[in-house]
Amino acid sequence: MASSAAATAQPLDRTRARRRAAWRRRRLVLLLMAPWLIGFSAFFGYPLVMSVYLSFTHYDLLSSPKWIGTANYRYLFTQDPQVGEAVKNTLWIIAVMVPLQVVFAFGVALMLARARRGVGFFRTIFYLPALAPPVAATLAFVYILNPATGPVNVLLKHLGIDGPLWFQSPSWSKPSLVLLGLWGVGNIMIIFLAAILDVPRHLYESAELDGAGPLQRLRWVTLPTISPVILFSVVIGVIAGLQYFTQAYVAANVASGQASQAGDQTVNNLGYPEASTLFYPVELYQHGFRYFNMGYASAMSVLLLVVAFTITVLIIRNSRRWVHYVGAAK
Amino acid sequence: MSTASVPVPTALTRRKPPASVRRRRFLMAVANHSMLIVAAVVFLAPFGFIALTALMTNGQALSSHLWPNPFRWQNFVDVFHQAPIFRWALNTMIYACLATLGVVVSSIPVAYALSRIRWRGRNLAFGLVLIALMLPPVVSVVPLYVMWAKLGLVGGLGPLIIPNWFGDAFSIFLLRQFFMTIPEEYLDAARVDGCGELRILATVVLRLAKPAIAAVALFSFLYTFNDFFLPLLYTRENPSRWVLQIGLSEFRSLHQVQWNLTMAATLLVMAPVIIVFFLAQKAFVEGVTLTGVKG
Repeated sequence: MASSAAATAQPLDRTRARRRAAWRRRRLVLLLMAPWLIGFSAFFGYPLVMSVYLSFTHYDLLSSPKWIGTANYRYLFTQDPQVGEAVKNTLWIIAVMVPLQVVFAFGVALMLARARRGVGFFRTIFYLPALAPPVAATLAFVYILNPATGPVNVLLKHLGIDGPLWFQSPSWSKPSLVLLGLWGVGNIMIIFLAAILDVPRHLYESAELDGAGPLQRLRWVTLPTISPVILFSVVIGVIAGLQYFTQAYVAANVASGQASQAGDQTVNNLGYPEASTLFYPVELYQHGFRYFNMGYASAMSVLLLVVAFTITVLIIRNSRRWVHYVGAAK
Repeated sequence: MSTASVPVPTALTRRKPPASVRRRRFLMAVANHSMLIVAAVVFLAPFGFIALTALMTNGQALSSHLWPNPFRWQNFVDVFHQAPIFRWALNTMIYACLATLGVVVSSIPVAYALSRIRWRGRNLAFGLVLIALMLPPVVSVVPLYVMWAKLGLVGGLGPLIIPNWFGDAFSIFLLRQFFMTIPEEYLDAARVDGCGELRILATVVLRLAKPAIAAVALFSFLYTFNDFFLPLLYTRENPSRWVLQIGLSEFRSLHQVQWNLTMAATLLVMAPVIIVFFLAQKAFVEGVTLTGVKG
């Protein structure tokens, strides 16, 4: 339309037409990008800035925020009696769960990659638990691992072992959550399987010619080739570990088994038993949405953001030593 | 590759390995498959225990019996009398469907602008999408809650659904990667025919990107169906707006419900996800094979 007019018109008209086309193009981009521009400002940029601001205030939602300087941070770092426990629990779950998940998923994926028959069938079975809603899976595990009559302890008893108290014991509650995490490892497993199947055959063949045994091939061919995928799953795992909430909340809520009324504020089961499942996000939730200390919860979330960012950068920096990128992207 | 010289080397490499090597390989395969079967049984066991308990009487569920006797199918009826499960399911469907629709409708144009139209600042915008993808959502939760509280929407499903209508970073990323693979010739052909960019997006791109859009919709649906944190935040005080996940987490404490009924409810909440997975698995495979044609 515009271009056909410009072809026959004067140069002046042509530049005007071109300018009009450029304007129309810009308007189109703006139109297409509009949802995200609004969303990014309202649900990302604004909360980020507000978090930092609120972290320097005392705010309970009822009266307007009151500026109190760095008091929230001073309390967070020096006085809060619970936050130390929450940080310890969070570090524990990351240090134990992430490596175990990676090793376990790698082992299962390796077995699958070597299987000659039924790969699709087994893959579906190993993936299914990852699909189960976290709430349902947690509820199921609290039942399966219940100390007195749970199937696991019943089976252990047949073997002559007195099963632990699992979710009822402060020292076993986190290992129980790790078992739950290992059960739902399907996502990582699928990614590993795809990566292992992608390792070029000729690498194995040349390693074999050099006299490498199966274990050496695993160590010097498979692992280096899929190391970017391992890095990816470690980063994702650590970030997920920093946000570990749903399973801990539900497990504590159900295992405590108190006759709490729905929405009852007075009964507080968070962290049951004995604050052993009180993770950092659970603590943040408690301050923000049970006590409505919005200022303090903001300070906690700012700290979480800084830590998450730092850890991600550190992992990716250090990974240069052990991650090998073979060739360029396809 | 020279086809003529191939027969001799293949004859050499295809030579049967010695019997000892073959036997070792066979034993390795047997060992590997046995381990796989054991692992599969372990992975399936929790599902089995849930299903078995869901069919027990209350007395059996509290005993150390593992096998229900008699099978009590009535549990799956009783569950619905214990708690407003239909209400919860309806809320879940409202949340999951409206959020998924919003994600698809709002993310497609953004992904298109980020992949098939050239403009200044495009890379910057895409970088911001990636940053939004990496940031832990917990971080922005407090100010958003304050914002929704000021708007008077806390207690309903609005705060859960509305943000999904303004583009979702993960979906934008996934769709963009797919749009990039659509050959430019298809779009040029449409441009020559006099189509505007919007027409091209609505006809050519959408038709070609069906598998990717299906994947985005599926992921979004599963995510919102399983979501616990946001519904807990915004609807905890208002049981009439509870979704299935909140209801299930409170199920036992609600009326001191027995374990057999709790497991029946657990199974009912797991079922839709697993059914959707098996139905969509075929669509997924088809989608992947469709994208394979692009070469």
